[in-house]
Amino acid sequence: MSEAATDMQAKLIPIFIMGKKYEVPDSLTIMKAMEYAGYQFIRGCGCRGGVCGACGTVYRKPGDYHIRVGLACQTVVEADMYLTQIPFYPANRSAFEFEKTTGEPEDVFKAYPELFRCVACNACTKVCPMDVPVMDYISAIKRGDLKKATELSFDCIQCGLCATRCMAEMAQYHIAQMVRRIHGSKGTPNADHADTMVADIKAGKFNDELADLKTKSKDELKEIYTSRPMEPAMADEFWKPDHE
Amino acid sequence: MKICYYPGCTLKTKARNLETAGIEAMRALDVEMEELERWNCCGVVFSLADDDLLHLLAPIRDLIRVKDAGHDKVLTLCSMCYNTLARSNLVMRDNEEKRDTINTFMEEETDYFGDVKVLHLLNFLRDEIGWDKVKAQVKVPLKGLKVATNYGCTLTRPDEVGIDSAENPTVFEDFLRALGAEPIHFPGGTDCCGTYQVMDNPEAADDAVARIITSATDYGAEAIVSSCPLCEYNVGKRQAALLEKKDDLKELPSFYLTQLLAVAFGADPESLGFELNHAGSLPLLKEKVLK
Repeated sequence: MSEAATDMQAKLIPIFIMGKKYEVPDSLTIMKAMEYAGYQFIRGCGCRGGVCGACGTVYRKPGDYHIRVGLACQTVVEADMYLTQIPFYPANRSAFEFEKTTGEPEDVFKAYPELFRCVACNACTKVCPMDVPVMDYISAIKRGDLKKATELSFDCIQCGLCATRCMAEMAQYHIAQMVRRIHGSKGTPNADHADTMVADIKAGKFNDELADLKTKSKDELKEIYTSRPMEPAMADEFWKPDHE
Repeated sequence: MKICYYPGCTLKTKARNLETAGIEAMRALDVEMEELERWNCCGVVFSLADDDLLHLLAPIRDLIRVKDAGHDKVLTLCSMCYNTLARSNLVMRDNEEKRDTINTFMEEETDYFGDVKVLHLLNFLRDEIGWDKVKAQVKVPLKGLKVATNYGCTLTRPDEVGIDSAENPTVFEDFLRALGAEPIHFPGGTDCCGTYQVMDNPEAADDAVARIITSATDYGAEAIVSSCPLCEYNVGKRQAALLEKKDDLKELPSFYLTQLLAVAFGADPESLGFELNHAGSLPLLKEKVLK
């Protein structure tokens, strides 16, 4: 046992990593516990912050037939869990030419015809560690409701566990990503302030400022950076930096 | 009156005209169609393999959504959806073994016992509204319009979910009469339009559609009405291509039942999506009815 764990007087619990038993401190996440047990992650550890989806993990507990899931970096170990991490699962992503998409559902139907193999078994939703209603967004895409699919799939972190369970063999998360991209860019109106800003930039609004910055020394740049106006934590939506 | 409404995927894409006209028409009858907040594909076809429970999941999940939303009835406009939902419902009502298996498999959902009443627009109008009330709302009678009634396969078969007799149905004729039109009951009206053969074997679908159109025009029809998106696609939308292939075929404008209902109730025809039908549909209405 490592010294650190003894110092903390952590309670040790048994977990089974790919079938082999290890005693690990009960306060660790699955990822930390695996490292504690001697695994070293070169890939499949990702951000360690619960947003990148690289450490999807499946586990079971004795006497319970349910498949359970979690992100290894976020899920705290429980006694007697049988687990394995699934950092990668083959899933085809259809190449599409963004410029040629219309923002209509047909773009998606063409890129991912396997959509229509869905039988609404719901296994995808049950295995999502982010509680995304996967089957519901697939249903929305099938009926051409890209707006709804965009909203329903918004919390997806692309871990791909849905694709491991799909009996229609589709990669739901890739389909949803395409939907969000084409709906976000072509199916929704542009934000006015973004259009204004782009026009301002093109018209040279910041040219002088940029040219001036280029003449500054490293120390001057540091000073400008640290003293720049910062949006206060409690600012309302109308806050603007001083120089505007 | 409010009624829980299950649209079906095609009514949100290729058959938007079936839905928009339906919602519009029902408003005139003071019926508010309340779309289910959560729904998935109905499964499209009811699987005939006795041990295929997998394909029952989609329709049954939809029926569970109806129950969960607090309803005991659900209205469909698409006859394919009607058929699949109604037949799956019967399995859950009458087959205890399959019901248990399915409920156990779908443990994340409320247990379901087949106790939702599945309705199609036609039997809803007939049984819950009544033709007299429909008639009373007609502002633009479809007078003199000779319309062939295309029941297709799924409205009347099989018997246990059929909304009328499979051999000699009359509900579509009664519907048209209430709107002031002249129904043309013809031998091809309960025939198959070729359905999905149009994908794999388009010639077979062409022949099936040609038989229906020939039979309807022989009986004096000047238009044909359907309630199934696949029938309307094969008979209506694809007709122009078919006319080029088959010399002896006469042109036959096509409608969804909801479009005729909405027109008769005085809706603006420009809002009823006729551009998705056979090209001659709106011109025919303008010539005969909307003078």
